[in-house]
Amino acid sequence: MANKGKLVIDRERCKGCLLCVRSCPTKVLGVDTSANSWGYYPSRAVDEEKCIACGNCFSVCPDVAITVYKV
Amino acid sequence: MEQMYGHPKSLKPIQTKYCPGCGHGVIHRIIAEVIDELGVQDRSILMNPVGCSIWANLYFDVDSVQVPHGRTPAGATGVKRMRPDHLVICYQGDGDLAAIGTAEIVHAANRGEKFTTIFVNNAIYGMTGGQMAPTTLIGQKATTAPHGRDPDTAGMGYPIRVCEMLATLGGSRYIARGSVDSAPNVRKTKQYIKKAFEAQLRGEGFTMVEILSPCPTNWQLGPVAAADWVASDMVPFFRLGEIKNELSVAPGQPGGQPGGQPGGQPAAAAAAAPAAGRAK
Amino acid sequence: MVEEKRLMKGNEAIAEAAIRAGCDAYFGYPITPQNELIAYMARHMLDKGRVFIQAESETAAMSMVYGAAAAGGRAMTSSSSPGVSLKQEGISYACGADLPCVVVNVVRAGPGLGGIAPAQGDYFQSTRGGGHGDYHHIVLAPKSVQEAADLTYEAFALAERWRMPVMILADGLIGQMMEGVVLPPDLSSRPRPERLWAVGIPRGDAAGGRAGKGREPNHVTSIHLDPAELESTIIARFERYKDIAKENTSFEEVNLDKADLVFVAYGTAARVCLGAIQAAKLRGVELGLLRPISLWPFPRDVLRRLAGEGKRLLTVEMSMGQMVEDVRLAVSGLGKACTVDFFGRTGGMVPTEEEVLAEATRLLSCSEGE
Repeated sequence: MANKGKLVIDRERCKGCLLCVRSCPTKVLGVDTSANSWGYYPSRAVDEEKCIACGNCFSVCPDVAITVYKV
Repeated sequence: MEQMYGHPKSLKPIQTKYCPGCGHGVIHRIIAEVIDELGVQDRSILMNPVGCSIWANLYFDVDSVQVPHGRTPAGATGVKRMRPDHLVICYQGDGDLAAIGTAEIVHAANRGEKFTTIFVNNAIYGMTGGQMAPTTLIGQKATTAPHGRDPDTAGMGYPIRVCEMLATLGGSRYIARGSVDSAPNVRKTKQYIKKAFEAQLRGEGFTMVEILSPCPTNWQLGPVAAADWVASDMVPFFRLGEIKNELSVAPGQPGGQPGGQPGGQPAAAAAAAPAAGRAK
Repeated sequence: MVEEKRLMKGNEAIAEAAIRAGCDAYFGYPITPQNELIAYMARHMLDKGRVFIQAESETAAMSMVYGAAAAGGRAMTSSSSPGVSLKQEGISYACGADLPCVVVNVVRAGPGLGGIAPAQGDYFQSTRGGGHGDYHHIVLAPKSVQEAADLTYEAFALAERWRMPVMILADGLIGQMMEGVVLPPDLSSRPRPERLWAVGIPRGDAAGGRAGKGREPNHVTSIHLDPAELESTIIARFERYKDIAKENTSFEEVNLDKADLVFVAYGTAARVCLGAIQAAKLRGVELGLLRPISLWPFPRDVLRRLAGEGKRLLTVEMSMGQMVEDVRLAVSGLGKACTVDFFGRTGGMVPTEEEVLAEATRLLSCSEGE
């Protein structure tokens, strides 16, 4: 059975580059519609049920904005 | 709930000045992860020269020396000769290493200096606003090559494959080229960095990891498009993999470093790397 | 205690003195007329298990010095004028990062490739901060092989004390000639305090409440992007320069009381003037010499005093006139008529005692006729 994962995204560290969205194999991530205090639109786990804690999003994030947990 | 991936200790938990989607952020993180895994935060020294790398000392929680443009390998030579038990990490961009610092990197590699060079290749000059770099591709546009790099009619020269050039030098021991455009490439690049750092800590050198890195701002692409461009345009020209491996530890064998992970590459990858035997 | 005295070439005496002062690392590049220095270092530093590197260029060598100093080492480099031009970047950086080190310039004739004969055309470069930005560093000018050794030996301690490069400004004649030298004692094995600001110092070292395991990282750097911060850093450094001027201004006085005309000269030019003074005495003419040993800090006060006493000053240099500007600045605004004259040879020509004496005589007879 595949892992089940949970993401915690630091909205203030995120610069909205969306490389995490590009890297996610199960399409967990999307864009938040509300901006952070810097004016960036951070990424958001829009479909967290699909997260398998693969760590791809963490790997490509230039800002270490995502912490990945195994549930 | 178990944390799988989180913030490395050797990296300060602050937002960086780097642009959204810049490769520096990922490269900083994987370097910090390796420092943590090897347990050498308190004996690491970062050499940060000129370019966007000037900021690196703000983010790594280690001692650092800011050096003149291009002189990073020379400064590192002085540091490592005085502190041979420390992990000395040079962090250079393509102007620093392959333009103004060409003499220094060639001769440090040739002397077999025992520090590790991290060469961030984004095929452009970032900090100064997008001028042509020694690694800019033919046809690629830059502020000083507004119609694209043109070696023929405009005498602008050709992109330089630094890894292959330095591999010809007797003092170089481990030279690899990675990329941070995708998660698998990020992981592989981290393995190269770990291998290089472990080699340095064993007293072997010269070691270098070139890393293809996106510069969305100066390529005038969004972050995702920039990562795509690394894969589509840079990787075919700058071949990924271990360009030279003459380390004493054979691929596939444990790295031999207490507390470290085995540094070996799978046998298939080792076979694909060019044979670079030392002349007897 | 038996003194150790040897007949040595200037270049080699400088090298031996540096080794005895505890030089950890020497980085150099060959250039005439100081090649004996790098060769001596190659032999003896490697024998002693210390660091010696023939670098790829003088520019690289200076950055190696920078790195070694940042990591706590006593580092040195040497070159001659064209090579010292290449070092200006690294010297500016070292001054901006407050790094102790020793730089030896065995001056030859310039500009450009010039010639290999001795000259004094690098005074401006050395004392005005030859690289970019607002800075100075100590410059010491020996006149003999003995003094070259003594000043090099002292340079390491001065560099450490004031956290700056210290330059030994010799010339090709001093570098090449052989004289007897009493060598200073070997300090290398003496324990020395850690540079608390250096990189790679052990964790939990000494003062400042640093914990055994963790401490804040040390960053050696010269960048201060905030203008207000950079200004205050520079002003604080210049306050230190005032302290250096108070403590480390050095010069030699010869026959000043009796003389109406005083030569102002350093290095080999001063040796020539000493010869002229002796020749003048035989004719019953009293000449004097004020020989700056520290070119920076410059001995302004003693020159001002001499001018105030009505002495005529004849600056003699192996250049078109560089130190003479500092002499004129030193005596400016005194209200009295103080004459500062200049005599020089350049291109590698060394003035003779005869021509220097002739000029001094001519000036004295001119003023008598007034």
